[in-house]
Amino acid sequence: TDEWRLSCINKEFSVCPSYPPVVIVPKSVDDEALRKVAMFRHGSRFPVLSYYHKKNGMVMMRSSQPLTGTNGRRCKEDEKLINATLRPGKRGYIIDTRSLNVAQQARAKGGGFEQEAHYPQWRRIHKCIERFNILQESLIKLVEACNDQSHNMDRWLSKLEASNWLTHIKEILTAACLAAQCIDREGASVLVHGTEGTDSTLQVTSLAQIILDPGCRTIRGFESLVVREWLQAGHPFQQRCAQSAYSNSKQKWEAPVFLLFLDCVWQILRQFPCSFEFNEQFLIMLFEHAYASQFGTFLGNNENERSKLKLPQKTMSLWSWVNRSEELSKFQNPLFEANSLVIWPSVAPQSLQLWEGVFLRWNRPSKFLDEAHEEMINIIKYNKELQAKVNALRRQLAEMETDDRMQENL
Amino acid sequence: FHPLFMLQVENVKLLDRYTNRKAANGTLYLTATHLIYVDASAEVRKETWILHHHIATVEKLPLTTAGYPLLIHCKNFHVAHFVIGQERDCHEVYTSLLKLSQPVKPEELYAFSYNPKMSKENREIGWKLIDLKVDYQRMGIPNDYWEITDVNKDYEVCNTYPPEIVVPRAANKAVVIGSSRFRSRGRIPVLSYLYKENNAAICRCSQPLSGFSARCLEDEQMLQAIREANPGSPFMYVVDTRPKLNAMANRAAGKGYENEDNYDNIRFKFIGIENIHVMRNSLQKLLEVCETKSPSMSDFLTGLENSGWLRHIKAVMDAGVFLAKAVKDEKASVLVHCSDGWDRTAQVCSLASLLLDPFYRTFKGFMVLIEKEWIAMGHKFSHRCGHLDGDPKEVSPVFTQFVECVWQLMQQFPCTFEFNERFLLEIHDHVFSCQFGNFLGTCHKEREDLKIFEKTHSLWPFLLQKKQELRNPLYRGFTAYKELQPNTLPFSFQFWCGMYNRFDKGMHPKQCVLDHLLSCMSQKLKLEDNASELENVSP
Repeated sequence: TDEWRLSCINKEFSVCPSYPPVVIVPKSVDDEALRKVAMFRHGSRFPVLSYYHKKNGMVMMRSSQPLTGTNGRRCKEDEKLINATLRPGKRGYIIDTRSLNVAQQARAKGGGFEQEAHYPQWRRIHKCIERFNILQESLIKLVEACNDQSHNMDRWLSKLEASNWLTHIKEILTAACLAAQCIDREGASVLVHGTEGTDSTLQVTSLAQIILDPGCRTIRGFESLVVREWLQAGHPFQQRCAQSAYSNSKQKWEAPVFLLFLDCVWQILRQFPCSFEFNEQFLIMLFEHAYASQFGTFLGNNENERSKLKLPQKTMSLWSWVNRSEELSKFQNPLFEANSLVIWPSVAPQSLQLWEGVFLRWNRPSKFLDEAHEEMINIIKYNKELQAKVNALRRQLAEMETDDRMQENL
Repeated sequence: FHPLFMLQVENVKLLDRYTNRKAANGTLYLTATHLIYVDASAEVRKETWILHHHIATVEKLPLTTAGYPLLIHCKNFHVAHFVIGQERDCHEVYTSLLKLSQPVKPEELYAFSYNPKMSKENREIGWKLIDLKVDYQRMGIPNDYWEITDVNKDYEVCNTYPPEIVVPRAANKAVVIGSSRFRSRGRIPVLSYLYKENNAAICRCSQPLSGFSARCLEDEQMLQAIREANPGSPFMYVVDTRPKLNAMANRAAGKGYENEDNYDNIRFKFIGIENIHVMRNSLQKLLEVCETKSPSMSDFLTGLENSGWLRHIKAVMDAGVFLAKAVKDEKASVLVHCSDGWDRTAQVCSLASLLLDPFYRTFKGFMVLIEKEWIAMGHKFSHRCGHLDGDPKEVSPVFTQFVECVWQLMQQFPCTFEFNERFLLEIHDHVFSCQFGNFLGTCHKEREDLKIFEKTHSLWPFLLQKKQELRNPLYRGFTAYKELQPNTLPFSFQFWCGMYNRFDKGMHPKQCVLDHLLSCMSQKLKLEDNASELENVSP
């Protein structure tokens, strides 16, 4: 729309090393102002457009934390930037993925949050999502629970609970639903950030788009979402997916952030099995490739590194392989029926399940579930063929009737 | 259907547990059989029906600004939270429901007044639909080793067993009578299921009246006859489904369990499924978790663990698996009992049969299984399900657990059952509804005395009529799978949201794969008809 523009200020990655070369910002903000805003945000990750909701013109932006510090620094350009997304008379929501405490403590290290006095039109909501080693611990505990061969139900449930994995899933989905609600139900614009803006922020913005935008639920749409909100947005895959749950050494930056995102998508897919063009296998494939892949797509931590490593020249893209029709057919959801709905997942504990396809994959045979999937595909395929046959017969009949009439007339 | 309203109250709100949406005003009606709530405020008129027999408890909650709340808990886990404007109305509904939901005499039960306008012949045919003799024939009985005996035709041997039971041919009348004096309530060892392929049998009974040292020659001969009816195995298992401690405690009361020294060639084993009181409490705790408003994930999982519910389900499943393995892999016969042989024994024997024989995974087969192992063999439905106003300590979710085990199997083996989850839920509903005569009373003799077969209807034809909605679209057919070998590691068991939070629609997937596939199936039929019509028209 005319309220937004593309800015190439970062084309040498000189303003923000973790952003892509081109970003979308409000038209009313020029590049000079952007430079100032970049200095006010952690890691120079100034607010950029993440999603535009066609239905009502509201937007979702994302960034990192403002560097307010203990002195209560402010940046008028930053305020102007995000205020540009507001409609006259309407408020916006800032969703901070840290607890209020953590956000307040961040000031001591030079960070902080948007102060009411300087951002009067914005209402700040804290939706705490865990990060870093807490998430990695969670994954390690979950995997350990799944590998426990003792036939002890209490021990299983206790370990599952102690891993907190599903708690994180619930937290992330809740935050995403909140962001989506603000945009769709409240008709307000939203700014999402945590500390660095590279982890929980991206979980929230990408999941909110799954909820709001049916386009993101198609195969191409989802690929594009992953590229935009994760790869280009600078999620540090190299760091986060360096090692997984079985490694012995402890590194500081690993966390299954992307896996949690995929798990959340799976939860929504399970609740809306007819709303996604792709199936569970597609998500599992992405999970695998994020950790270890013969393709270059998930290498590096951001576009800057990828271009320095000359990845587009030296490696193949995962998408070029996936999108070939013989591969794609494995990932298609036979139940898919395109709709234009906003889909609201339930975050009640009873509605969330352990993702067996990933976590129990090697602990139990999938034969019977595979057979069920195959059966389902056959039922749907057979109906489509029948429908085609009926249509063809009808056409034939119609043609014969016209021929007959023509004969009569002669 | 024009209901006669016994009571009608306006200005009643029905609160939604799951969402905080503002409750609309509606009208509450009480008929002789149902509570009906009509919400005419929305564009679409919405009715909520609750059968009085389904009501477990009615409570008055403290007064709120909205009015006088009434909380109704149902035996099928439906929870209805009404708020009534006037105190007098609330009290009237409360007292009426208390009376209507707790009938005192069997004749007050719905089955005796339920009248679907069916001809007498059809009603009788309905009762003949399931014939247990046919199932025994299917197993090859009568044969050289087993026979159907009418020694119990006047209930002289055991008044909670059916008139016709299957015993080894080698066990003569003296052995049968003698053994019946040594078994709790006369529930002698009888055949439950014969695995034709290798002659191994699953038999069931109650605990022996052995105390610390009593013996009974006839009972020992009975077990010998069972063992020798399976020449392919040198030994047989005797499985006590109770925890060892409980079984030992029973010895002090003159009952107990089989001493391996006294019975030739038996291998004795405790399986350790808890008793009806533990199960009742477990379900109670589970339901409390399910009813918690907005629990955290931790609250839920911890609550689930503390209830012990899945632990018990696993115990029942493990027992069924043990029996099936013993019969199929070890080719050994198994004799199963608990205390009275009508609770845990019923669960375990029916589950094992289901695992071994694909027939029981069909509509007809499952009905036969329930008629045989639960109804005929004297599971005390009336007491366990609280049909009449009676001892609350007799109430226990024994049948519910069995149904859940079947559901758990459906999750692991989606293509192996002819029916779907809704079939299970309907049966479960009707075990409590008393709309049909099948589950009334506690045993066959009592049903005869109540004249069930003359005065009431059978559930099975009613369900078979709805086959199209209750079938499993993924069913691969009778011959596709033989024995099922489920994984019973703890993570294999899921929480059954469709049962315990069945009426909390917000919690379930918003798009239902089952409905989608069922409509595919019916569409398929139409398309096939269309296609053949069109083909016939073209020359």
